[in-house]
Amino acid sequence: MNLALKDIRHGLFRFVLTCFGLGLLMTVVLSMIGIYNGLVADALAVVKAPAADVWVVESGTMGPFAEASNIPLTTRDAVARMPGVAEAGAINFQNIEAAHAGASLRLYVIGYEPEHPGGPQRIAEGRGIGTSHFELVADRKTGLLTGETIRLGRNRFVVVGLVEGAMNAGGDPAVYVTLSDAMALQTELDPAAQRVQAARGVVSVKSASVAAVIARMAPGADVDLLAATVRQWKHLAALTQAEQEEILLSSVVDLARRQIGLFLGILLSVSAVVIALIIYTMTMEKLKQIATLKLIGAPDRTIVALIVQQALILGASGWGIGLVLILTVKDYFPRRVVLEPFNAMVLAGIIFAVCIAASGLGVRAAMKVDPATALGS
Amino acid sequence: MTDGEILIDVKGVAKHFGDGETRVDALRDVDLQVRAGEVIALLGPSGSGKTTLLNVIGCILAPSAGKVTLDGETVFDGQWLRRDLRRLRLDKIGFIFQTHNLLPFLTAEENVAVVLDLAGWSVEKGRARAGDLLGYLEVDHRAAAKPALLSGGEAQRVAIARALANRPRIILADEPTAALDGKRAGLVMDLLRKLAVEQEACIVTVTHDEKIFDRFDRLIHLRDGRLADA
Repeated sequence: MNLALKDIRHGLFRFVLTCFGLGLLMTVVLSMIGIYNGLVADALAVVKAPAADVWVVESGTMGPFAEASNIPLTTRDAVARMPGVAEAGAINFQNIEAAHAGASLRLYVIGYEPEHPGGPQRIAEGRGIGTSHFELVADRKTGLLTGETIRLGRNRFVVVGLVEGAMNAGGDPAVYVTLSDAMALQTELDPAAQRVQAARGVVSVKSASVAAVIARMAPGADVDLLAATVRQWKHLAALTQAEQEEILLSSVVDLARRQIGLFLGILLSVSAVVIALIIYTMTMEKLKQIATLKLIGAPDRTIVALIVQQALILGASGWGIGLVLILTVKDYFPRRVVLEPFNAMVLAGIIFAVCIAASGLGVRAAMKVDPATALGS
Repeated sequence: MTDGEILIDVKGVAKHFGDGETRVDALRDVDLQVRAGEVIALLGPSGSGKTTLLNVIGCILAPSAGKVTLDGETVFDGQWLRRDLRRLRLDKIGFIFQTHNLLPFLTAEENVAVVLDLAGWSVEKGRARAGDLLGYLEVDHRAAAKPALLSGGEAQRVAIARALANRPRIILADEPTAALDGKRAGLVMDLLRKLAVEQEACIVTVTHDEKIFDRFDRLIHLRDGRLADA
């Protein structure tokens, strides 16, 4: 006879309500884990997208994601000719606000050369950029659809393809345009400002600088050697892919990451206390029944099983409800919520440990109960 | 006194709580024998040692001195001689409480069967035995009801069925009729007497209920931890 299940069935509504409450708490914990992962994944997405081995940037800077970097476009040819480099491409990044469907849309514009590295890895819908101007590939999170047009700067662009998971560290969805369009966006003045400059006799000069040049190495080529060679040029600096990712995590999103990490730690601690309190209270409410069980001859293992089984069922139910809820609502979060099976398993392990520890407190109290307390009251 | 075998043999049992100035002697040199088929009552004012003696016989409380023999097995002689006292209680002793103390999450039948489950009976045999006992106690029509839905008399009869489930030869009852009216109290005591005779068991009852004094073979009076008379 399983006393734990009988007891649960007896107070089913209350138990389900407790499980649901715990499930909501687990939803919050899982969402924080997902937000933390999402922050890191978003930060790295834009760095990983070009699948580069080396980033060549302006000397004295930490690359286009940490600070402003401007290098001549011609650097791409110089890098492409270096030993071990398979291909190189110039790339540009900027944030812009664009009007779309009556709302303001904040976009992260990535300019790249379609025949060179730097573009989207995989087109989820539509096609890649096929002309030199006025086409773009957008991340789905922009809300843009293929075939739609959107005004960026002075020109209207046609959305020809959609990608997924392309955004900057701040969570702004990315759009890919050609490098020449991106450079024009960066330098072109609006017509009124241009007329003022013309009246003053200032000749508009389009800058030919880009944010970085990325290089992909030939198989077996030495990445560190290329980086060291580039660094010998006074006006350039070179970062390996690993260094670029490290800069992003340790500099650009570090505070946000630590903030969320700390909050997650506090949340886990609170959850542990709440779980322990629920289980301990459940046990304390049954002390009279435990005394009766002891008096009629129930061995310790029966009483321990009653407490531990209920604690584990509670923990497992809370975890399951939390997991189902977060998987149901995670796509409604404004920023990406990334949950790996590993995260869910780690949380399950933590809950299991907390349940066992909390059961230990309950078992300790139960073991101390004098069977005589069942008599005479 | 009946001629049945001695099921409870308490010799020179003493129990004190605390030491020095705070020492309280709850039992002093108590000798008591109860035979199979006997129904006895422990009487006395509050603090006289009735419940302490019941707890000693029920192997819940270790005496400070003396010897306790239950159903032919010496279980205490200066110290417990059995390591697993709960198993001893399960096998030899049935308890009936003042407030029935049925487990609220089990049905009437399960409350009886749980004892048999603990004793290692199979589920089918346990349920059959529980059903038989509830039938015998005329409460089988409430077998599927939870204790909260039972009347006081029904709950007490289920509690008696639970106490008898594993066929113990010693039944200890603490104020078993306190929650019942005079008529029902008499019926319960008649039932216990009948069971004691049929199962060759003895019943030791702590009670203040004067209405049922005539249902006992012996009235054992305790005063300041000593047997006053028998």
